[in-house]
Amino acid sequence: MDSSRSQSVADIAIRERDLIAPAAGSRARVLDRLRLGDAAFRQLTRAAAIGVLVLLSAVIISLIRGSIPALKTFGFGFLVSERWNPVTEIFGALPAVYGTVITSFIAMLFAVPIGLMIAFFLTELCPKWLRRPIGIAIELLAGIPSIIYGIWGLFVFAPFLQETLQPFLIGTLGNAPLIGPLFGGPPYGIGMLTAGLILAIMVLPFITSISRDVFEAVPAVLKEAAYGLGCTTWEVTRNVVLPYARVGVIGGIMLALGRALGETMAVTFVIGNAHRISASILAPGTTISATIANEFTEAVGDLYTSALIALGLILFVITFIVLAIARYLLLRIERRIG
Amino acid sequence: MAEHMAEQLLQSRYRGRRRRNAVATVLALAATGIGLGWLVLILGELLWQGFSGLSLAVFTEMTPPPGAAGGLLNPIFGSLILTVLAVIIGTPIGILAGTYMAEYGRHDVLTTVVRFINDILLSAPSIVVGLFIYEIMVAPMGHFSGLAGGVALAVLVIPVVVRTTEDMLTLVPNALREAATSIGLPRSLTITRICYRAARAGMLTGVLLAVARISGETAPLLFTSLNNQFWSTNLNAPISSLPVVIFQFALSPYKDWQALAWTGALIITMAVLALSITARALVATGKQS
Repeated sequence: MDSSRSQSVADIAIRERDLIAPAAGSRARVLDRLRLGDAAFRQLTRAAAIGVLVLLSAVIISLIRGSIPALKTFGFGFLVSERWNPVTEIFGALPAVYGTVITSFIAMLFAVPIGLMIAFFLTELCPKWLRRPIGIAIELLAGIPSIIYGIWGLFVFAPFLQETLQPFLIGTLGNAPLIGPLFGGPPYGIGMLTAGLILAIMVLPFITSISRDVFEAVPAVLKEAAYGLGCTTWEVTRNVVLPYARVGVIGGIMLALGRALGETMAVTFVIGNAHRISASILAPGTTISATIANEFTEAVGDLYTSALIALGLILFVITFIVLAIARYLLLRIERRIG
Repeated sequence: MAEHMAEQLLQSRYRGRRRRNAVATVLALAATGIGLGWLVLILGELLWQGFSGLSLAVFTEMTPPPGAAGGLLNPIFGSLILTVLAVIIGTPIGILAGTYMAEYGRHDVLTTVVRFINDILLSAPSIVVGLFIYEIMVAPMGHFSGLAGGVALAVLVIPVVVRTTEDMLTLVPNALREAATSIGLPRSLTITRICYRAARAGMLTGVLLAVARISGETAPLLFTSLNNQFWSTNLNAPISSLPVVIFQFALSPYKDWQALAWTGALIITMAVLALSITARALVATGKQS
């Protein structure tokens, strides 16, 4: 409590007391003014809260309006066409949607197990004094701007993969039956796999910090009972903690997926921006966000611009659904804990 | 004999379980090592590349033409302008909305809906925000502008501030509100004079986190504020910003530009890390008092 606050509170109290005696009329006026100000402030905050809803609707409406020319021209075919030719003005979203889904899938393939294992380490194995520093360090990964991942991926990670992992994959798995085509072609360095791995690093902190929080919310009694039966640390985590925290963990994973789907800069640097669907995950491709980032300012003609906005609309709808599911699941576990 | 065999079976089962536990422990350690390793690798490379290009000229000279030496003065200045603009536009809206959710309509349907939508906006792809601002500002105005960039960033500021304001105001003890009401303080004054003061540190943290979030944002600026090779203070014209310059310079074939991109990346990262550490410290002091 500092002095200025108590003073301002006391001021009003005194002023009101003084007003009682001399003139009932002026007291009523002051109270009226206060009531008016009160109502005005309330309505102002309410308007701001509704403003958040308006903002989201405005985003959706403006994207729909912007994409009408492209959707009118190509119809449903826009979603399933593989062609993207600015010169002949024929546009199809499939390569970008495909790239978005595949890179995010690769990212989740690596980030989910690693993120969960880190959460397991932090909650069950790590000595107490080390928990906070490691937790903060992992969360720092989330604070690094995506463009930093992009520039690092382009100059350091992609050349590294080109010289080591990719030739290895091509040499071994590339000749394997069934999955061979996935690892075919020359090692470009940049491409879907590189983008997916960068995304994995980026979303790792989301999975770790949410799973850690829900792991910690598991009632100690449950864990102690399992330990009392003679379960090992891993068995407790696998059979008691994980099932109990399942909903929250899935929520965290969906949240991370939402991020991975919409991430722009980190992917744009290393995806290669090639509008085609390749069997090999080592080949360059493109994602929705990378296409928009690379081509929007250079897009000439209304149809081209509109096609890019339509891509943005598709991305927004996909991430909206994923994020809504994530929030719903997290809300459910919050209610259970709270 | 049978007893002996049962004993052996049990022993081998114990061994298997213990082995699985050991494997899981090693995997968990490895995963943590991988997570921390990436952080070290990325920050290490960034420090190494960034510092080798760091000099006074970076802060005093304009962005150079290809193949010449220069600095990052105009993008640094542009980024500051855009950030300030975004905070000025976004913070009041965010604080007011958060105030409604925590103070007036804590159990409203409206609050539940706004919270849900706000959380989605919080992680919505920022490039879509760029498209949105392009549609409502750049296209009607007919040109790219710093103002559009600032508004785009403000759209990203709002959800962060709404979230923290609501959370922090919810934490303010009701006894404070009751005390204020009991001496006849109207609701609006209770909120602005009492609750805001009590939640000050937390609300400031929200603004800092929002600044940290937008200072590295590139995607929403690409087609709103665009870029400007020269010094410009005109908000009605394209303005330079660090992230966009990094994007452009890093993808260029010129060594000088690439070096400047690394230095710019270092500056942004340091700024963001400093902001998040300050925010953490603020939360820590807020909890103690």
